[in-house]
Amino acid sequence: MTHTQPTLDLSPKVSDEIRKTTCYMCACRCGINVHMKEGKVAYIEGNRDHPVNQGVLCAKGSAGIMQVNAPSRLKSPLKRVGPRGSGEFEEISWEEAYGIAEAWLKPLHENAPEKLAFFTGRDQSQSFTSLWAQGFGTPNYAAHGGFCSVNMAAGGIYTMGGAFWEFGQPDWDHTKLFILFGVAEDHDSNPIKMGIGKIKARGAKMVGVNPIRSGYNAVADDWYGITPGTDGLLILSIVHLLFKAGKLDLDYLARFTNASCLINEDPKSDEYGLLLKDVAGQPIVIDRRTGQPAPWNGQGVEPDLSATYRDKGITHRPVFHKMAEKYLDEQYAPEAVAERTGIEASRIRQLAAQIARTAFDEAIELDREWTDFRGVKHDKMVGRPVSFHSMRGISAHSNGFQTCRALHTLQIIIGSVETPGGMRFKPPYPKPSTAHPKPHCKVTPGKPLDGPHLGYVQGPDDLCLDDDGNAIRIDKAYTWENPMSAHGMMHMVISNAHAGDPYKIDTLFLYMANMAWNSSMNTDGTMKMLTDTDENGDYVIPHIIYSDAYSSEMVAYADLILPDTTYLERHDCISLLDRPICEADAVADAIRWPVVEPDRDVKGFQSALCDLGARLGLAPFTNEDGSQKYADYADYITNHIRRPGVGPLAGWRMGENGLNDGRGEANEAQLQTYIDNGGFWMSHVPEEAAYYKPFNMAYQDWAVKMSFFDAPQPYIFTLYSEPLRRFQLAAEGVGTRQPPEHLRQQVKDTMDPLAIWYAPISESVEDETEFPVHALTQRPMAMYHSWGTQNAWLRQIHGHNPLYVPTKIWEANGFAEGDWARVSSPHGDITVPVAHMAALNENTVWTWNAIGKRKGAWALSDDAQETKKGFLLNHLIHELLPAKKDGMRWSNSDPVTGQAAWFDLKVNITKVAAPTESQPNYPPIKSPVAKGSGPLTQKVGQ
Amino acid sequence: MTTLPTSTQKKLGLVIDLDTCVGCHACVVSCKGWNTENYGAPLSDQDPYGAVPSGTFLNRVHSYEVQPEQGQAALVHFPKSCLHCEDAPCVTVCPTGASYKRVEDGIVLVNESDCIGCGLCAWACPYGAREMDAEEKVMKKCTLCVDRIYNENLPEVDRVPACVRTCPAGARHFGDFADPESNVSILTAERGGMDLMPEQGTKPVNKYLPPRERDRSEDVDILAPFLDPVASEPKGFMGWLDKALSTMPGGQ
Repeated sequence: MTHTQPTLDLSPKVSDEIRKTTCYMCACRCGINVHMKEGKVAYIEGNRDHPVNQGVLCAKGSAGIMQVNAPSRLKSPLKRVGPRGSGEFEEISWEEAYGIAEAWLKPLHENAPEKLAFFTGRDQSQSFTSLWAQGFGTPNYAAHGGFCSVNMAAGGIYTMGGAFWEFGQPDWDHTKLFILFGVAEDHDSNPIKMGIGKIKARGAKMVGVNPIRSGYNAVADDWYGITPGTDGLLILSIVHLLFKAGKLDLDYLARFTNASCLINEDPKSDEYGLLLKDVAGQPIVIDRRTGQPAPWNGQGVEPDLSATYRDKGITHRPVFHKMAEKYLDEQYAPEAVAERTGIEASRIRQLAAQIARTAFDEAIELDREWTDFRGVKHDKMVGRPVSFHSMRGISAHSNGFQTCRALHTLQIIIGSVETPGGMRFKPPYPKPSTAHPKPHCKVTPGKPLDGPHLGYVQGPDDLCLDDDGNAIRIDKAYTWENPMSAHGMMHMVISNAHAGDPYKIDTLFLYMANMAWNSSMNTDGTMKMLTDTDENGDYVIPHIIYSDAYSSEMVAYADLILPDTTYLERHDCISLLDRPICEADAVADAIRWPVVEPDRDVKGFQSALCDLGARLGLAPFTNEDGSQKYADYADYITNHIRRPGVGPLAGWRMGENGLNDGRGEANEAQLQTYIDNGGFWMSHVPEEAAYYKPFNMAYQDWAVKMSFFDAPQPYIFTLYSEPLRRFQLAAEGVGTRQPPEHLRQQVKDTMDPLAIWYAPISESVEDETEFPVHALTQRPMAMYHSWGTQNAWLRQIHGHNPLYVPTKIWEANGFAEGDWARVSSPHGDITVPVAHMAALNENTVWTWNAIGKRKGAWALSDDAQETKKGFLLNHLIHELLPAKKDGMRWSNSDPVTGQAAWFDLKVNITKVAAPTESQPNYPPIKSPVAKGSGPLTQKVGQ
Repeated sequence: MTTLPTSTQKKLGLVIDLDTCVGCHACVVSCKGWNTENYGAPLSDQDPYGAVPSGTFLNRVHSYEVQPEQGQAALVHFPKSCLHCEDAPCVTVCPTGASYKRVEDGIVLVNESDCIGCGLCAWACPYGAREMDAEEKVMKKCTLCVDRIYNENLPEVDRVPACVRTCPAGARHFGDFADPESNVSILTAERGGMDLMPEQGTKPVNKYLPPRERDRSEDVDILAPFLDPVASEPKGFMGWLDKALSTMPGGQ
């Protein structure tokens, strides 16, 4: 046949309309263009104008169309009719659902608000849900940060006023060396990929430090396959080498950190180890101009890094001396840490030397004037172009808090935080721990709680303890077990509620948290606790209310289901009041709006809370005449005033002379204006305010204008953390609020005011020879943080999760392709398929998390690949550690923050005959929705 | 059998950067979404909620582990779609003329109304880049988003294939290889862009940029001076510090 070709229509109509909203396929919150045809969602692409993703979109985002079509979507409120866990429900009206909830909750609000535990999982509306919980009066509220990355957040806030992801990012435009610590394919998904692309295009270098060389680590120019839980030791070894070589930014340390503040050195003083303060309570430094004490922030003061000072007979030494003493110690020498970290000493030197060279020999200067808070003018901005990013990998260990602090210490000593080429904060961060609220827990029946639940403690006085020293919160957050649990401890709620420790609760209210499956440690035990009955045959946890958009495993374990919408059917605000979407150069917030109306009897969860809040008469949700204050979430977003002139959205507020950015009264047209402007609002940071944000007066003034805070609040980085020292000092016997004896040593050991490393806690109670192998999980990029692993397109990409085994263990067990293994921990066994992977730390196995599904859930068939071969590592991880010698079982969490120590897991592995399906396996739960069917040949525009 | 054009005016195609591809599958799903809704029959999915779901994709990412004789193992993510070969065996093998290579731009397409679903082209393609749609029983393949790249209903900046527009890492580039000054020609020249399986003689238009050499940080000997200790004794550090501080502002 000779060449012929048909005539094509090269300009077909793309869609009827583009509706711009915000993605919710994960926590990244990219802007999306939803192409509509005939009123239906036809195609989703990234929004080029959006600050987060600038047009690109990941696999999840593009698969959103299969989420709005998913057969697993719940269709109506449900009332349990079978036993808990059976999945037997009947559909009820919203009126009946509200009636049931009101009957349970109203007596609690009026008599014992703490008997409601309200925990939200993948919540992006925490400033709203926490307001509801405050209005209810219960101290028992948090979102999922406690089992996710609170170590990262708290480590960052306490050290420098912010960490990574929502708080800060590498300076992708200027960095020359980017080092990624322990990041699975997780938080800040698209921006990290965009950043890596950007630096690779410039030829800058990227180093990965991770036991697993997948994803981002696969494209890293160099890879350090570290042993899990030892990142802090590697980092402190680098710090040791930099101290030894004097590769330190002394000017930066003196001016912008508390390295120049003075520590009380008298062991007999009640202020031992605390910083010397003036009468106003401000830390004192020695001014190099005069040699005399001066306030840290005095005009023109040149803080001295080295001067000691004698005050009232007590010697005070600068923090920097203490740091030198600690980090020059040979315990951090590369040779001393090589075996433990699994990294050869020469390789540690190689990494440290590259950091030193890049920071100091390849420093960059921007010709931009700026003025610091001491009134000192600087004619240029000097950058140390070494940047870092890290997230759950270093965070989800019982030494994660101090490891995060160690990483920030490394960043700070080379002067690479908020300087060109280093790390940059994203407005409204930076914000030090002292600028955050403290936790509140005072319960008054019938009244709101005395303030926000979650915050940053400054010392023992801020703990949530009653007069007898008992925990006030059901999760025991802010107790001596984990004093700085800034995100609460969702992973302890069910376990504690079941045990009635510290007290019994009446109603467990959960949102978007799959606690009966992949979001719990000890999944099997959690299912039992949720269904356990007392001697009267009543459930130990009497009532469970759950809200989800999909038929997840957790649905079967609730008594009442409030069906949520999909993300394309709802209003939301991504607010500066909670977890904003800003970039280093811009402040931004965004909305979701219903680009399609739900075709089911479902309601956005936050709108349901507006209704329920009014029915219960909660103060923030009720007008003075008792009527409902907010008709729905959209009404709240528009009209709620948090403090004068500040509401959920900062864009297009009503000022005295027209529309205003940042501050202003409510604007009835605000949501429509967001829609008309692509679903987001953004305002750029002035150029002179772009770096040195904590210290830069131009930034401070702009931040006040933008409503982040009400007065300039410059601060210096706290390499030496006084809040930590205050707890330690109490453990040494100072003060009236004392830790219980059994925790005294732990507090002393772990709450060091300078960043330290200690071995994961589980190693002290588990048998190293019996369980020698580290076991990790990570989410695949196409499913990270996604509530849609049942997605018809995504499950074709990641439908299997074998246990990946390194060569040494593979060969030792004589494994071959298709083999199965029993994997045991001190807590349990699983039997799972294995696969070989060479690019792996030789003592580490891993799998993709949350692929395994329970039969009957997610509208999948009972023989779905995820139920037959898929599995969870969760069965091997307990929320408590094995008993210590004294018989006590301690929480499997970071002793500072309570972060769930998922990644401390150690196992052993044995080859076994292939079972018919992975073990443990559970009988199917009844599904409240019909199973999905196929084939799919959807073409909306036909 | 079907004839190829003797030459094409342009050679449109992709450069895929294997140094940068993180294997996130964004391109895979964006392609699936666009091409389900646009050119020809939708890309169907069989058993989408069942035991083993399978569907039609025009672009897939494979991951391979590389184990060098010396040094550390590494993972390479390898996106694969039609390479729009100059000597496309999938075209010449087509019994109906349904498979063809466009004379304007070299894009290889299937005219679905002429496709009888015999599958010969998929057998002939050495890259496995064509997939038979199980519902429509026609052959599906990458169209290089022919319905985007000239589409006047799209803003000019969006007239690129969906996979290129969406790639978060910027690992995919679209352009005209017939133009030596084009972005793709320059990238190919600068980074040693390679043909996939050149021995097959298909002259693929798409090029792959190889991963840069990994784990080649300079030897510790070269780097050692950057870690030269400032003092041999821990106490000597303080002496160095005082000396260093004296050169700073306010120093005495």
